[in-house]
Amino acid sequence: MNVYMDHEASRPVDPLVLEAMMPYFSEKFGNPASFHKLGFEAQRAMKTARGQVASLIDAQESEIIFTSSATESNNLGLIGAARRHRKRGNRIVVSGIEHISVLNVCKELGREGFEIKYVPVDSEGIIELDRLSELVNDETVLVSVMVANGEIGTIQPVKEVAEVAHQHGALFHTDATAAAGQISLDVSTMEIDLMTLSSNDLYGPRGTGCLYVRTGLRLKPLMIGGGQEAGMRSGSENIPGIVGMGKAAELAKETLLAEATRLTRLRDRLIRGMMESVPDSYLNGHRKQRLPNNVNMRFSYIEGESLILSLDQLGIQVSSGSACTAKTLEPSHVLLSLGLKHEEAHGSLVFTLGKGNNEGDVEYVIQHMPGVVRKLRAMSPLTPEELR
Amino acid sequence: MMYTEKVLDHFRNPRNVGEIEDADGVGTVGNPVCGDLMSIYIKVEDDRISDIKFKTFGCGAAIATTSMTTELAKGRTLDEAMQITREKVAEELGGLPPVKMHCSNLAADALHEAVTNYRTKNDGEGVS
Repeated sequence: MNVYMDHEASRPVDPLVLEAMMPYFSEKFGNPASFHKLGFEAQRAMKTARGQVASLIDAQESEIIFTSSATESNNLGLIGAARRHRKRGNRIVVSGIEHISVLNVCKELGREGFEIKYVPVDSEGIIELDRLSELVNDETVLVSVMVANGEIGTIQPVKEVAEVAHQHGALFHTDATAAAGQISLDVSTMEIDLMTLSSNDLYGPRGTGCLYVRTGLRLKPLMIGGGQEAGMRSGSENIPGIVGMGKAAELAKETLLAEATRLTRLRDRLIRGMMESVPDSYLNGHRKQRLPNNVNMRFSYIEGESLILSLDQLGIQVSSGSACTAKTLEPSHVLLSLGLKHEEAHGSLVFTLGKGNNEGDVEYVIQHMPGVVRKLRAMSPLTPEELR
Repeated sequence: MMYTEKVLDHFRNPRNVGEIEDADGVGTVGNPVCGDLMSIYIKVEDDRISDIKFKTFGCGAAIATTSMTTELAKGRTLDEAMQITREKVAEELGGLPPVKMHCSNLAADALHEAVTNYRTKNDGEGVS
């Protein structure tokens, strides 16, 4: 039995996506800048892909700028907007649970002289709108709050955040990497200026992402060269990757509602099953305002990496917010932002479901979790007498 | 970051897990805030470690290193036990990922603390 529940880390490329990409490696290898049939073929392929991605978020084709990753899109969106629109103000406001690429970009912008303010989240991971309103002022150039957090699954009230930003004339960027393909996104009703998407989160290939840039908005590019992607991202285009991301976006749009319903049911069964069978287990994040595929649980008295290793032996692949699986020695900043203690954050596990998962997988996890937890608790000096 | 087969073996089948109710010496190091906490319990007969048990909260490396430490220490004289170093434990496990050398490889310290704890308690009780 193998149960892969680490889709936030990586997703398999959909076979239909791979099929769509294949000709663009060796057969249709043209450069869209070329003025001949191979070039035109590449241009058409890009146009189709741009349309497919735009359609997923209700944008226009010309508003999609392809990049190499969500990380690059976050870099371009934040640095490009901050540097280009510095006259609007010097302050940047972000949530404390943004992806590490957003937080580290903000540190860098801080070194360039921007004033960075972090909006806290409540104990369920929802941004504190009151605090946001206090922090966003007329000196604010940019606000960035993610649509949903991939680790704890919490979905943010992005439209309300955008309204606060726009009241003060600030631009609004949102990282939709974890949310895309799982919840409906509409850039115009959500009042979004800049949105980051990744291909792999849609079952497309790695090495491709995009940034939605609202019509009329200009950014200072990070990559200087031949002026591809409306001058905002130079470099010969990764056509197979772009074609793959387009196809992945098309499939995501088609299957979104049905898949979200199916995953929500599996998610809720998994949460209930584990909470009922494992004493002193808790859900991290919001119960309802949550991505359909995300389960983040905390098991007291034990540590996440040892849980992962034990589950891996049983053919279950998951992730953890524990420091012990990270390059740094700090547990997940997201879990600490919820107000969890370090030792609580260490004992957290993230299950991210996906297309390949079914009811059998969920039952398999529920069946094995109590034994795995019991064995580790029996070894732990923190376990209270009654649970040994 | 990968663990050796030896580390995984000690993680999956830890040796000497448990507590000793009437231990002669106990050593505890680490801190749950950092993600690692380990306690080692020893029984001492004729200046030798006749029995040893451990409890660990922590990652795979923390559990494996404590297990290995107890295995290395069992049956040894107290002086020999004091010679067991973190490096020796890691070496016996076929190596540890660099980041784990400092954060999780604390069991030798717990062992030394248990021995010191025993010696302190028995100080002046006519140790010949």
